[in-house]
Amino acid sequence: MSLSQDDVKKVASLSRLALTDDELAQMQQHLGQILDYFEILKDVDTENVEPLAHAIELHNVFREDEVLESLSREEALSNAPKTDGKYFLVPEILRNDKNK
Amino acid sequence: MSLVGATAAELLSFMKKGETTAVEVMQAHLEQISQTDDKVEAYVQIDTETALKKAADVDARRQAGESVGPLGGLPIAIKDVLCTKGVATTCSSKMLENFIPPYDATVIKKLSEADGIMIGKVNMDEFAMGSSTENSAFKKTRNPWNLECTPGGSSGGSAAAVAAMTAPMSLGSDTGGSIRQPAHFCGVVGMKPTYGRVSRYGLVAFASSLDQVGPLANDVHGAALLLEAISGHDQLDSTSVPKDVPSYTSNLEEPLKGLKIGIVKEHYVDGLDGEVELTVREAYKVYESLGAELIDISLPNSKYCVAAYYIIAPAEASSNLARYDGIHYGHRTENFENMVEMYSRSRGEGFGTEVKRRIMLGTYTLSAGYIDAYYLKALKVRRLIRNDFDDAFKKVDVIASPTSPNTAFKLGGMINDPMSMYLEDIYTISANLAGLPGISVPAGISKEGLPIGLQLVGAPFEEGKLLRAARMFEKETGWTAKRPEIN
Repeated sequence: MSLSQDDVKKVASLSRLALTDDELAQMQQHLGQILDYFEILKDVDTENVEPLAHAIELHNVFREDEVLESLSREEALSNAPKTDGKYFLVPEILRNDKNK
Repeated sequence: MSLVGATAAELLSFMKKGETTAVEVMQAHLEQISQTDDKVEAYVQIDTETALKKAADVDARRQAGESVGPLGGLPIAIKDVLCTKGVATTCSSKMLENFIPPYDATVIKKLSEADGIMIGKVNMDEFAMGSSTENSAFKKTRNPWNLECTPGGSSGGSAAAVAAMTAPMSLGSDTGGSIRQPAHFCGVVGMKPTYGRVSRYGLVAFASSLDQVGPLANDVHGAALLLEAISGHDQLDSTSVPKDVPSYTSNLEEPLKGLKIGIVKEHYVDGLDGEVELTVREAYKVYESLGAELIDISLPNSKYCVAAYYIIAPAEASSNLARYDGIHYGHRTENFENMVEMYSRSRGEGFGTEVKRRIMLGTYTLSAGYIDAYYLKALKVRRLIRNDFDDAFKKVDVIASPTSPNTAFKLGGMINDPMSMYLEDIYTISANLAGLPGISVPAGISKEGLPIGLQLVGAPFEEGKLLRAARMFEKETGWTAKRPEIN
């Protein structure tokens, strides 16, 4: 199955991956080859077969609702690229034009 | 008495008898690292001081007659995919180059409780994606048996560290063969436990329904000892199974009477190297001579394993790796104008080619219009693969096969051909899809001097049986005692 350049760009955008033109071209070629290989699955009759998401099927794993120790704020923020010591800092998402 | 290259059992016995100390054992292995690692390049981080301090603590307790854990001061190399509190955990990715976990993975905690000592963190394919360790953002690890060859992957550092005699054992992780294939390439024992046997808490996630942590060692007993130490239910991993852990070491020496070994007819196809095939067929004969019965079986859906796996694993990866957003931890770009650009550029800069490829693949097969044809189809095929194994284990105790179709390949040999690289996993990935335990045990050396492994796969939670079967073979053949000349 061949992927168009636009298909690859769309997947890169959905994946939130900024790719160079070279990367996009290589991706187009390699993904196409891999998707071709997946065609083999069309030979398998899976009518009435339940999907298997987990090999060891465990259901409804609960525990008591107890408060346990967790990371301190300092530890939780310790690897963040940008914080003010209290919060993770993110770029502006909504612009407040009144103050401009 | 040589400490370097000795097995875990030998080292423990020397220490118990007072012939050596944990500090001397650690020093000898650190010295071996400085002698060999500029060639092998297995290690990404070593903290000599902490390792020696911990060894001295074990010695002090042993001398005072206090209790010492079953790993009694042994040096253990740790794949850099496992979170180690206060010690950088990079997954060999630029994305996590500066990541210092604020907590220990459960297996790391269990290791310390058993008095195993981390000698260093070892290299891997970035985020455990690859079969050669060439996808590391930092360095290329080499195969101690031939420095021009890869050690396999993704736990290439873990396998090379043991083969280079810098540690008697190591921890790796296996999502599609990432412990067993490098064990085969490097001539060591490597085991993937049953899914849920070992906690995944603190294992950086690649494909959550397939990932398992497991041991590598320079003999079967070492693998059994380490598996025993890390296994068990963990409240912090809801997919870990609440099932008692048997002692894998206590009956290891007892041969299995009337062992039934399944030989899968679909396994001997084009692409399987002649010498590898010959070696595993010799191994089957060894088992026959030990009283085992060889039984031909069929796993009719095995030819669909690679396709199902390379849909399911990247799908899970694309979801798991969405967490690298440049906000909570990991790399953040300096060059952006808005939020979406920040995400995309941080990820574009932080991830390597193979990781990007798998995220793209997973995003594609999960996207609207394709999810039924790819992802759901693959999950249905996964059930058929599992059913094949359930049927097979009604007739046999273990299934034997090559671990991988070839011996170690040259560095750079397949790096631009992802599909060929994926086909290297053809014998290993079905155990991950079906959640089964598998072990690779050294079974020979090729004419070119490269190790060849034999894989045994068992029914769920039959690790004990696999280890005993592997031990029977080891005792009869002695292949695990071979050590490479590193030059």
